[in-house]
Amino acid sequence: MSSDNEYSDEDVDNVFDDEDMEMQDEDSDGDDGMEMDDFKVPAKTTRKAYELESDSLTQSAVEELMEQDVEHIRGIFGVDASTAGLLLRHMSWNKERLIEKYMDNANKMLIAAGVVVPESEPQRPSRRPVRKPKSPTKDTTFVCPICFDDAADLTPLALDCGHAACSGCWSAYISSKIRDEAEHACRCMAEGCAIVAPDAFVRDQVDEETYERFEGLLVRHFVSCAPQLKFCPYPACTNTVSCPSAASKTLLTTLVPIVSCGARGIASTSGSMTQSQELVKQVTGKEHKFCFGCTIDTDHRPVVCGVALLWLKKCRDDSETANWIKSNTKECPKCMSTIEKNGGCNHMTCKKCKHEFCWVCMGPWSEHGTAWYSCNRFDEKGGVEARDSQSKSRASLERYLHYYNRWANHEQSAKLALDLFAKTEKKMEEMQITSTLTWIEVQFMKKAVEELDRCRMTLKWTYAMAYYLAKSNQKDLFEDNQRDLERAVEDLAELLESPIEPENIPTLRQKVTDKTVYVQKRNEIVLEDTADGFLEGRWTWNVAVEGFDSPEDAAS
Amino acid sequence: MALPKRIIKETERLVADPAPGITAAPHDDNLRYFDVTIQGPDGSPFQQGIFKLELFLPEEYPMAPPKVRFLTKIYHPNIDKLGRICLDILKDKWSPALQIRTVLLSIQALLSAPNPDDPLAPDVAKHYKENEKDAQRVSPRVDAAVRVRMRPSGADDRSEFSLHLFIETRHLVC
Repeated sequence: MSSDNEYSDEDVDNVFDDEDMEMQDEDSDGDDGMEMDDFKVPAKTTRKAYELESDSLTQSAVEELMEQDVEHIRGIFGVDASTAGLLLRHMSWNKERLIEKYMDNANKMLIAAGVVVPESEPQRPSRRPVRKPKSPTKDTTFVCPICFDDAADLTPLALDCGHAACSGCWSAYISSKIRDEAEHACRCMAEGCAIVAPDAFVRDQVDEETYERFEGLLVRHFVSCAPQLKFCPYPACTNTVSCPSAASKTLLTTLVPIVSCGARGIASTSGSMTQSQELVKQVTGKEHKFCFGCTIDTDHRPVVCGVALLWLKKCRDDSETANWIKSNTKECPKCMSTIEKNGGCNHMTCKKCKHEFCWVCMGPWSEHGTAWYSCNRFDEKGGVEARDSQSKSRASLERYLHYYNRWANHEQSAKLALDLFAKTEKKMEEMQITSTLTWIEVQFMKKAVEELDRCRMTLKWTYAMAYYLAKSNQKDLFEDNQRDLERAVEDLAELLESPIEPENIPTLRQKVTDKTVYVQKRNEIVLEDTADGFLEGRWTWNVAVEGFDSPEDAAS
Repeated sequence: MALPKRIIKETERLVADPAPGITAAPHDDNLRYFDVTIQGPDGSPFQQGIFKLELFLPEEYPMAPPKVRFLTKIYHPNIDKLGRICLDILKDKWSPALQIRTVLLSIQALLSAPNPDDPLAPDVAKHYKENEKDAQRVSPRVDAAVRVRMRPSGADDRSEFSLHLFIETRHLVC
């Protein structure tokens, strides 16, 4: 008891709030000698409305966080680190629940986490009967129950439960669990046995590479359990981003949690690249920016996750194809084949079923005689309605295509940005040769290209946003900002494409630099204004978006 | 690759000492591929039916579960039209300590105790949940198992009653 009391004073206070404190603690005392300083992205001093505070953590930093949790639990429960780790993993790293449940019934918890062997409990017949462990006695030779090998030099190994198997089988089993099933909790091989292999046992059984994979799995599990952490989705990147302010899903209607893990480019896992090549790629590659709140792996500012996902879904599914068919075709009233009228008179003969009908009223031609134009007298109201709905769906298609074309255009331009990067690099070299400018002085070109790329990304998503914005003064203002940014971006793009003449370089440089600053400013205005709008609840949508009030005037 | 000792031993035991109502024999050209028959358990709607299955031991066996599939059509909530079986030990509850014999016994037990709450064939499961009696009545009519009718004096041993058995082949109804 005395040891428990020692801890209780300071730890019990921490129990309920340390989940949140953990991250902040680190910020405040990041320099107290822990080896974490080198992977910290320095906190930005001035934060704009559309930016979020976030931290990038390497795998080892996350492991440190895990260790802190383990240490904490170890201190409270007085168990060893391995047990504390297994308990935490079993409870998905939810310390409060673990402590609560452990205090309630420690033994039950330990059994559930696979730490101790349950004593035979007759009141739980639902469990599959555990087969009696074939404990190797000294007299008889050991026969591995898995591979049936009975060689004399076999070493039987068992976890606490005593289910022995040869070491070859254990290592094959644990390797296959880790490598094929990506499973971090390797249970005993015996049927129905819930004992989990402790880390030290795993380490002894598998090769180094597999153990690294195992550690990676543990980190991934920890990260997936913590709402304030997210794994960087870029290929081969092992960083984790911590963003406590975006941990709650309800906040996603007011902010766009775009974060960056700090790394750039795509690390090549194969050794095909030389180190310098890799370095170049790391430096020139795109920053690993992604959204903390949804599954979109790129920067989708300024539009919030819900609307961005809605837009992507709309672009992906073929509902627009259906819309096109609806606005440009009619069905044969008899066989329902889809017909597009591309000329000729209104006396239609279906190619398929040879049914003759009037294109205007869709009635059978036989009733028309020779006076097709008098068909208006049949079902006049219905005819008007049909034409009405057709023109409506045509208008909606046109509206969609307006936004989609602009969205796709910017996406295409962003894809071409790589070419532009290469071209610009050439131009920069050229400039250094033809003029007296030094390397550092021609960097303005690269900066401009980078800014251009960033702004195109913003512009792209403003079209998705504008498509869903309900008509209002706010939307007009939004579109004004969008127009200003777009104009500035196109001006800058034109400047960058213009041919370089040695005598014009100083003026070009001045122009590009000015324009870059202007574009940057405009981009900030769009992002900032939109972000403020979300915080103030200024934006209204023309469709139902999760988390927002439903639009009353969706029809208008 | 040479056949692991485990598979050789298991096969030997399966042939020498078969479980009641179950036969399993490996193919001559592929010793990892087994032809299996399971007799429907007494007291179940499948009783006296003989169901054919195929069983394959993947490269990773025994670290990975064997792949088992019904070849005979069967009306069962946990077995679908293609004969695929929904059974936990064939998936996440697999343990290397389990064997071909235990897997087949579990499948036989599944025939006695269908679990409509975890269905693979939703229409059959619905039928079972709404009217179990009727579903059980329908089962032998829908499945395509060969049924054996033993004489009242018939012995247990299959090789013996094959002399006097009366085979009735059911044709597919649907």
